[in-house]
Amino acid sequence: MSIFGKLTLAASVLSLASATPVMAQTIAITGGKVITNTAQGHIENGTVVIKDGKVVTVGSNIAIPDGATRINASGKWVTPGLFSPLSQVGLVEVSLEDSTNDASADEADFSAALDGADGFNPKAEAIAITKIEGMTRMAVTPDAGAHIFAGSGFIANTSGSFDSITKGKAFMAVHMGEKGARLAGGSRSASWAYLRNALSEARSYRPGRTREGALLNGPDAQALKAAAEGRMPLLVYASRASDLMTLVRLHGDYPKLDLVAVGAQEGWMVADALANAEIPAIIQPQDNLPGSFETLGATMENAARLQAAGVRIAIAQIDEAFNARLAAQQAGDAVANGLSWDAAFMAITSTPAAIFGLDDQLGALASGMNADIVVWDGDPLELMSSPDHVFIDGKEQSMVSRQTKLRDRYLDLSNIHEKPLAYR
Amino acid sequence: MIKQLALVSALTMVCTTATAEMVQIDKNPYPSTYKPAASGSVLIQGAHIFDGLGKEYTTADVLLENGKVSALGEHLDTPSSATVIDGSGKWVTPGIIDVHSHMGVYASPGVRATADGNEVTSPVTAEISSEHGVWPHDPAFNRARAGGITAMLVLPGSANLFGGRGTVLKNVTSRTVQGMKFPGAPYALKMACGENPKRVYGQKGGPYSRMGNFSHYRKTWIKATAYKKSWDDYRTDYAKWEDKQNNSKDKKDKDKKPPKAPKRDLQMETLMGVLDGEIRVNMHCYRADEMAQVIDMSKEFGYHVSAFHHAIEAYKVADLLRENDTCAAMWADWGGFKMEAYDSIRENIPMVHKAGACAIVHSDSEVGIQRLNQEAAKALADGNKAGLDISQGEAWTWLSSNPAKLLGIGDETGALAPGLNADVVVWSGNPFSVYSRAETVFIDGTVVFDRNDQSKKAVSDFELGQPGDGDEK
Repeated sequence: MSIFGKLTLAASVLSLASATPVMAQTIAITGGKVITNTAQGHIENGTVVIKDGKVVTVGSNIAIPDGATRINASGKWVTPGLFSPLSQVGLVEVSLEDSTNDASADEADFSAALDGADGFNPKAEAIAITKIEGMTRMAVTPDAGAHIFAGSGFIANTSGSFDSITKGKAFMAVHMGEKGARLAGGSRSASWAYLRNALSEARSYRPGRTREGALLNGPDAQALKAAAEGRMPLLVYASRASDLMTLVRLHGDYPKLDLVAVGAQEGWMVADALANAEIPAIIQPQDNLPGSFETLGATMENAARLQAAGVRIAIAQIDEAFNARLAAQQAGDAVANGLSWDAAFMAITSTPAAIFGLDDQLGALASGMNADIVVWDGDPLELMSSPDHVFIDGKEQSMVSRQTKLRDRYLDLSNIHEKPLAYR
Repeated sequence: MIKQLALVSALTMVCTTATAEMVQIDKNPYPSTYKPAASGSVLIQGAHIFDGLGKEYTTADVLLENGKVSALGEHLDTPSSATVIDGSGKWVTPGIIDVHSHMGVYASPGVRATADGNEVTSPVTAEISSEHGVWPHDPAFNRARAGGITAMLVLPGSANLFGGRGTVLKNVTSRTVQGMKFPGAPYALKMACGENPKRVYGQKGGPYSRMGNFSHYRKTWIKATAYKKSWDDYRTDYAKWEDKQNNSKDKKDKDKKPPKAPKRDLQMETLMGVLDGEIRVNMHCYRADEMAQVIDMSKEFGYHVSAFHHAIEAYKVADLLRENDTCAAMWADWGGFKMEAYDSIRENIPMVHKAGACAIVHSDSEVGIQRLNQEAAKALADGNKAGLDISQGEAWTWLSSNPAKLLGIGDETGALAPGLNADVVVWSGNPFSVYSRAETVFIDGTVVFDRNDQSKKAVSDFELGQPGDGDEK
């Protein structure tokens, strides 16, 4: 984990270096219901002071520095920005138009070597529509195309700026279950054999050394090395309880692996084993149908049951681009089905931050944390709430998107002859 | 039962030919066998109510008797036989009706064997009917019921220009599709605009472009117009023949054979049903400019487009939809996945509503159908933030009465109005909150789902004995 830590540090220094000149500003958000995600809990009538892109103080009776810009949040909720645990935002513009879709590469020569960041477009339409719903950070993953490995994903903010990737090569993603079986040649056994061999080849990979009989090409082996050595999370898509148990066995064989289960619809059936192996899960609580034979046990209580068993859960609209923003609704639905509000909210803020090793910077409101903050007009998990203000690294964001512009253009259809729509 | 039906229709055919009676096409050869169970009286007292017609009551009672809503108001008298449900803290609404479902035809599990929703063999398959693809044991029906869905239109998919007939089902459990069919509900005709047909058939003989889409529609409507005329002519000729048989003094007239009925053509029968106003056109269409052209085409051939589905750009032509009495069935916030969905905005539903057109929330999804109330909530909130000023009571029309009217069952369900079917949902709280869930669902006055009573939770044949059998879902 030490190199991991250094990488994180380097990334934050970088982002500060580029960010400092534009945000030497002190802002005080006052009077709101502050959700801290720390031991401070919920603070009624609380104040959050931010300066130079960081949270300075959080509390109920704190001094507001002179010259601070004040934002009155009375009657509102003030929370850490939402963190999408797994999306394709910025990789996909229009998913059915291949020319605009960089999520997967069905005919690529590489798999683990694919770096999602190379396809990321911070100007994609989905960035702004995600941001204005209160999502300030996101884990973005490529999808598996030709092989079981999707490649490496990254963490970005939703500012839309060209330096918005704040942690490149943040995790490796691999698809098991039915999809992995198909990609690996036709069976689950084939996909697990491929994965075990790939991890083994990656661990022994040394630049320049010949690799006789290797199945993985050099760049794939090299790219997989960090995950194979436990220096990078390995996100494993697996739904069926038996597949999750195979994942637990993999953990038993290689305890260093930093495994994260994705999907895990039948996770509740093996929750204790996942908890013992300390494998967190990124789940989609609305999954409650036997959509395939690997999700026969799916239930909306999965989230609550996993949490109760001690499995750390993050909640996502998994792999969505346009609708990654719906993670908050998914979290609300989990609450309606037994999960505590705090656990649900952490599942879209601090837990994903922790899964990706960023909980020292993101996912909570405490002194020294990045000032990713959202001021909501109500409970952020509620369907009818929405953000009034969004801050990323202390900088207030525009609440305009291509969608809001279309809305504004067509909101009034009278006088379209005097005032043609295209000139509005 | 099925044997009996077959016998009846065989007899009909024999009769018509033997006695030279006018040939009639049986328009309902797979009739509904649904019969509501006997239900007692239920009084739901002191609940917060959306009546589905736009009104909201903060504290009122609803009385259900003999499968119908019999009264709605404050402080209703309690009939001696009535079961009383304490509605305090609860919300009561009409059951939700989804006008765009593929449950049963794209059943769970979504394996190759259950993919019965698109007859992807020709761009014109008006002859097929969704009812023949529905698997009544699809577990999704049960999940949808737990979300307050009491009826739905099951449509074929959108691969084809003329996809085939859609069927209105009640969300009841049954061994047969006929046992789910909404008695008396008209068929729908599923049509599709835009990208899907040209994508599917572009390399298979066409249509390759939107131009090709329209030429195929128009050629087909021309054929349908001629087919309809052949039957209209036949009926006219038959009437003349019959008149002469009865009234003519001339022996030559008496000896004349009756006119011959046109040959049956299943595909054309569906389209004739549309031209006769008996089958309702429900057209998958995203782009505003395409909707406008389809409306002109409907005038060219003398039919009516009942609704555009998905209608991502309905907000751009909401006035046109109002003027043509055409509904838009929409998502709250799905979009972006293809070019014709690129201009999806979150205010689409409320903007259509505010323009005075008929707005409907639909799912097109076995996941989305479980919480259409949540979709309406999001749309309502976004609309109101844009200044549209729509009440929660009004928004419920998107979920029950507007869908019922579209499907031709508005005189039977879709609202808490005396005389209508007792299709009712009791919610744990305001259904526009993410934390509320349907607690009790009635169809025709019978409890078909009760979250607090294991014996009132249906388990499909498919899920019996599987992981999660009988589990909370």
